[in-house]
Amino acid sequence: MFRLEKVLAALTTTFALLTMAAPVGAETQRWGLNLPTPVSPIGHEILELHNWIMLICAIIFVAVFAVMFYSIYAHRKSKGHEASQFSHSTFAEILWTVVPVLILVGMAIPATATLINMEDTSEADLTVKITGYQWKWNYEYMDYGVSFYSNLATPREQIENKAEKGEHYLLEVDKHVVLPVNKKIRFLLTANDVIHSWWVPEIAVKKDAIPGYINEIWTLIEKPGIYRGQCTELCGKDHGFMPVVVEAVTEEEFDAWVAKKVAEQEQSSIDQFQLGTESLVQTVEVGALR
Amino acid sequence: MATAEVAHHDHHDHHPTGLMRWVTTTNHKDIGTLYLIFAFIMFLLGGAMALVIRAELFQPGLQVVDPHFFNQMTTVHALVMVFGAIMPGMVGFANWQIPLMIGAPDMALPRLNNWSFWILPFAATLLMSSFLTGGGGPAAGWTLYAPLTIQGGMGVDLTIFAVHMLGVSSVLGAINIIVTVFNMRAPGMHFMKMPLFVWTWLITAFLLIAVMPVFAGAVTMLLTDRHFGTAFFDPAGGGDPVLFQHIFWFFGHPEVYIMILPAFGIISAIIPTFSRKPLFGYTSMVLAVAGIAFLSFIVWAHHMFTVGMPLVGEIYFMYATMLIAVPTGVKIFNWVATMWRGSMTFETPMLFGVGVVFLFTIGGLSGLMLGITPADFQYHDTYFVVAHFHYVLFSGSAMAMMGGTYYWLPKWTGHMYDEKLGKWHFWLTSIFFNIAFFPQHFLGLAGMPRRIPDYALQFTEFNVISSIGAFGLGITQLLFGYIVYKCIKGGEKATSEVWDNPEGLEWTLPSPPPYHTFETPPVVK
Repeated sequence: MFRLEKVLAALTTTFALLTMAAPVGAETQRWGLNLPTPVSPIGHEILELHNWIMLICAIIFVAVFAVMFYSIYAHRKSKGHEASQFSHSTFAEILWTVVPVLILVGMAIPATATLINMEDTSEADLTVKITGYQWKWNYEYMDYGVSFYSNLATPREQIENKAEKGEHYLLEVDKHVVLPVNKKIRFLLTANDVIHSWWVPEIAVKKDAIPGYINEIWTLIEKPGIYRGQCTELCGKDHGFMPVVVEAVTEEEFDAWVAKKVAEQEQSSIDQFQLGTESLVQTVEVGALR
Repeated sequence: MATAEVAHHDHHDHHPTGLMRWVTTTNHKDIGTLYLIFAFIMFLLGGAMALVIRAELFQPGLQVVDPHFFNQMTTVHALVMVFGAIMPGMVGFANWQIPLMIGAPDMALPRLNNWSFWILPFAATLLMSSFLTGGGGPAAGWTLYAPLTIQGGMGVDLTIFAVHMLGVSSVLGAINIIVTVFNMRAPGMHFMKMPLFVWTWLITAFLLIAVMPVFAGAVTMLLTDRHFGTAFFDPAGGGDPVLFQHIFWFFGHPEVYIMILPAFGIISAIIPTFSRKPLFGYTSMVLAVAGIAFLSFIVWAHHMFTVGMPLVGEIYFMYATMLIAVPTGVKIFNWVATMWRGSMTFETPMLFGVGVVFLFTIGGLSGLMLGITPADFQYHDTYFVVAHFHYVLFSGSAMAMMGGTYYWLPKWTGHMYDEKLGKWHFWLTSIFFNIAFFPQHFLGLAGMPRRIPDYALQFTEFNVISSIGAFGLGITQLLFGYIVYKCIKGGEKATSEVWDNPEGLEWTLPSPPPYHTFETPPVVK
């Protein structure tokens, strides 16, 4: 699974970014060298913001070190360069204090706008409560009373190198979080034991699930598909083995899925009730025999 | 610059020899040496743990260690490097250099000095002994986040006591440095004439005194939560897990600058010497260090944007964090301006100096990116963060200490180190460092969380490369140990100036300096 092309792509895109020789967007997305292609409005905003600040950083980096390396090249003793003895310049010092402040303002404005959007969880169409456990996730669809646990589905043998690793090694679960596209989805996050963090890069949702707290975050998924993520807060031994898989579907498919889930859950609660009654009857019978 | 008092050296110099010399010493040079040796041992130990991590991550799947031991490695690697290697290393430089730089005969509180060093080996032993307990070492990350640490075994308690002792050592060391700088400067050595290294350490010492007790408080609360029925951080008893993070990072962020500011001081000593030019913008350098130190107290929550803070809180911490880029930028620009139109040569210390300016800036810029709150939601707790802090901690603090070692080693030992090997050490270190850590930027952006023992297949390539770089980097550091050892044992005689007309009182002394120096204070004009 070692793809040399990916490494070469990393080298060339880094070089291209630093020399501004070519736009690097498509190549980095294709090889997974940058933030993944987003499928939510906030995801797009973050990617744009990220590309913007990375570009500014690259320009500053190149500018500063062009000067430094020129100096290293030209102002060396072996070339017979005499040292001048200046030790300050008020103009230069004011300049390189004020200019960075202006650049920072240029970064802060779009960042603040995105942040305000991110934190606006109002008027959601659907609410899903996510609870972190060591080491699995529980999902509860508040509007429908549907709830289930989601566990890692990768077989132990693959992790222990006794079997060939599958395509979605460590990023596969038994039950997907099924969500409708083009709906504003609000997530409520909490945890039952220690702190976890629920992250799916493509839909730009990362928030800590903290015991005793209920955190909020939202997304709107633009495209049907399967999006994978992981727990990102160290939560003990199996922190690396509690992935998240979001399955985004159309509204009709979502409604059908919910209906199926509701029916399943009702059936299983009837079953449990019957089991409960049977054991109760047995207990009573045992008691009567005594 | 005149060469001072060579003639009357050492006639009243009675001290025990052999092992007892080192146990009982109150001499700043001896204690500085002890600190540096201790730091180097810890550096190799922490590095070995890093190699366990990188060996496990060389391929997807679990091959070398189990996940619980992996977590112990990430945790103790960080604790050892931060509290065992970087901080004591910097104190070693302070001990050796501050009295020589300000023209003092010794540190102001020599016995305290001995004690603050000798706490360290015991604290480190305590920390290491956690591996021998039932649950193994601490495994919740060096940040020791509750409630995960409340779950841990006895290893966590040993870690807490080790942290207390390390904190005591650091605070005592800091008090000593402040008292020394305030009271022992030679006549004429005004504050604004002090070498920048002394300035950075003075400010660092204040940071230490301010934040180490906060950390001690946090871990003590953790201890009482674990054993004495309190619930500071346990929600089941009405406690607050996020409170721990606030307290931790109120310590943790200044701690970051505790580790980097003295490095800035070392770089500010090296670059002017090899540019044969005075440091550019001395006053603004001092102000920048003070500014960074001040800002370090009011930005802590940028480590925890994802815990769910109110919007105004996030905006405030974002703006405050971004401001740090301004004084940090000033320092970088001033160093480049110092080189500008100088007459540069590139002996090993200068190579490290230039290397630090270049590589630290990569870490500084990725730090700025991490400060942008919305983007941080994607970067947080990924390998992007791991790459970032290794660019500031390794290619900032650690490489600055290596450069500082080459710079002052001829002064300390009286011998020149092997220049050829030194250059090899620099190039191998820089190249392997970048092979190890640059690809981690890509990993983080592509979505690999930190502190995981196993990973999805799309992360394979860069993990392979990173592991290869890490092993190269680790092995290269043995060369560093050899070069220093060889230099202590012998080598070409060093002159008192060592370099080409360097600035500073230490260069007026012979190399090596006599056991007691500046018993009669020099007069600084």
